[in-house]
Amino acid sequence: MPKEIKGHSLSRPISRRGFLKGTALGLASTAVPFAKADASFWDAYFQKHFREMNEDELREVIKRLEKEYAEEYDTKFNIKTTKAMPGTLFGYGLDLSRCIGCRRCVYACVRENNQSRDPQIHWITVLRFKKGEKWIDLEESEKYYYPEAVPEEGYFYMPVQCQQCENPPCVRVCPTQATWKEPDGIVVIDYNWCIGCRYCMASCPYGARRFNLAKPRIRKEELNPESHYLGNRPRYKGVVEKCIFCVQRTRAGRYPACVEICPVGARKFGNLLDPKSEIRYCIENKRVFRLKEDLNTYPKFYYFFAT
Amino acid sequence: MYALVRNFFTALRHIARGGKWYYIWLAFLSFFIVVGAVAYIRQLHTGLILTAMRDQVSWGFYISNFTFLVGVAAAAVLLVVPAYVYHFKPIKEIVLFGELLAITAIIMCILFIMVDMGRPERVWHLLPIVGTMNFPSSLLAWDVVVLNGYLAINFLISFYVLYKMSHSKEYSIQLIKPLIMISIPWAISIHTVTAFLYNGLSARPFWNASILAPRFIASALCSGPALMILIFQIIRKVSKIEIDNRALFKIAELIAYAIGLNLFLFGAEFFKEFYSGSIHLAPMEYLYFGLKGKTTLVPWMWAALLFNITAFLIFLSPRARENFLTLNIGCVLVIIGVFIEKGMGLVIPGFVPGVLGEIYEYSPTWTEKSVTLGIWAAGAMIYTLLLKFAVPIYTGELRFISKPGTE
Repeated sequence: MPKEIKGHSLSRPISRRGFLKGTALGLASTAVPFAKADASFWDAYFQKHFREMNEDELREVIKRLEKEYAEEYDTKFNIKTTKAMPGTLFGYGLDLSRCIGCRRCVYACVRENNQSRDPQIHWITVLRFKKGEKWIDLEESEKYYYPEAVPEEGYFYMPVQCQQCENPPCVRVCPTQATWKEPDGIVVIDYNWCIGCRYCMASCPYGARRFNLAKPRIRKEELNPESHYLGNRPRYKGVVEKCIFCVQRTRAGRYPACVEICPVGARKFGNLLDPKSEIRYCIENKRVFRLKEDLNTYPKFYYFFAT
Repeated sequence: MYALVRNFFTALRHIARGGKWYYIWLAFLSFFIVVGAVAYIRQLHTGLILTAMRDQVSWGFYISNFTFLVGVAAAAVLLVVPAYVYHFKPIKEIVLFGELLAITAIIMCILFIMVDMGRPERVWHLLPIVGTMNFPSSLLAWDVVVLNGYLAINFLISFYVLYKMSHSKEYSIQLIKPLIMISIPWAISIHTVTAFLYNGLSARPFWNASILAPRFIASALCSGPALMILIFQIIRKVSKIEIDNRALFKIAELIAYAIGLNLFLFGAEFFKEFYSGSIHLAPMEYLYFGLKGKTTLVPWMWAALLFNITAFLIFLSPRARENFLTLNIGCVLVIIGVFIEKGMGLVIPGFVPGVLGEIYEYSPTWTEKSVTLGIWAAGAMIYTLLLKFAVPIYTGELRFISKPGTE
């Protein structure tokens, strides 16, 4: 087991071009004196739960993680721990009448949030429905559609991602409290605390959670080093991840990557507690609904029709 | 201290010594344990991608086996009740072997959970105090508590009894009676909590049905005792232990009631789903008729139903269940029937169709099959060694020394 973890921090970057370089780096890092390597191994093993660390401990951990990532990905990472801003509760709107099913959001999210490219992980699933059939019958949805061009005649699209429930079943079931709801309403995961039991995945009514079945692989040049501890920092083999409303961006006053990329402006984002926000306007003036409202999960993700 | 060390070596010598078939049996099990261990090390190194589990079906064969084995462990209660509550002597003589089976089954359950975890080395995170156990919110935390509690209770009872016997003393029923009494509801609780683990998820309509926990208990009381009937026959064949036929027939009679109840509950579920025919019928349809041309589990489920009904008819007739040929056929049928129904037949349809309507057909890979086989072999090995230790104490061949006055 210890070997397993060590292997993690010593393993090579995966891009084919970087292979040789990585091998050299890997060999170099084995030259690190044993005592030193062991100390950081035990630090990693006994790392505390994110919410139980004090400021000093957190600083130490961030320092160690940045070093680990630098060794592993040969890239300098900046891991923020920005706290939730007071008076914010993030909410999301998605205009179904505008979405054209182009999946640009899916790939913008992958780039922004350092999802594994191999095996491929997507946080956003775009579903395609036939017009004129049963309205949003998920069992009739198609996830694997590959047309020449979108939008296609006779179809409409519905992207689904973590709905950031106010009453999240995943948080309730997690046996280790590795996932929780932040004060700004974002459900986050401590990737260093998750034991990979996948109970949260069984409990999620929206299929939002993803599991790292293997070691995540990202080419060095595609990494996004601007990261957040609870957000887009690279994940580990055997832990769960999901959409976190781009916490690294949104807590710094920016839009999530999917909102920014959407070519038709179907995606809205804002502070639900601000009566003048765009999201509040949409909720109050459009015909909104939330997915599977009968389950009382109270998503903060609103689907609506502008036209 | 001296006595303790010496007794330990006496026990070890007893376990290590056996006939030719004993060694062949152990070698046979060791082979599968090694195969399983190699497969698991590969899985640990590469990740759970070596299994057929994916985001759509995030639990598979490991959790299926876990669920089945919780049932086996809980079934010890079917011996404890007639033995200690009704003082039925033939069963009282063998209740210890039921408790040892429960210990083995719980250890296997823990192994199946461990091999299913993405980060097994972080298991301490779910302990109280050192970790951050999410108790009482998470049913998985409850499961950790009740399974380990059940393990501890059975361990205490059986090792207390063995300890006393091995020192040629009468054990005090007064002393262990409270433990025995608590073990009865506790056995029910391990199964109820495991059922609730699935039952509480509103995202999965197939599991989110109130009939789940009662069906869990009913099916556990079919397969576990059937396994015991088979094991007891082997025990009395290879050792000097006498097991009264009446004990086996009494267990068989109880199994008849349990299968009847299980089939009734199944019928109730089948009726409700198919008659009302809501969209939540889909998982049931997938199991018994296939969904959109996906039919992997269909033959298995019908086979399980056929096996359970046949076994029911066998156990129902006193003549058939008191004939060892038909009795054993019935036992094998009901064990396989429940293994399919409560293993894959319970876990997979929770995920098919998925919450967003996707149908991913799961079928375990060689890695999963090898690891599973390895754990079953490890279980058989543990039980064999426990019996090798317990049986001679029972028959009086193995006695420990104790310094007078230290008791």
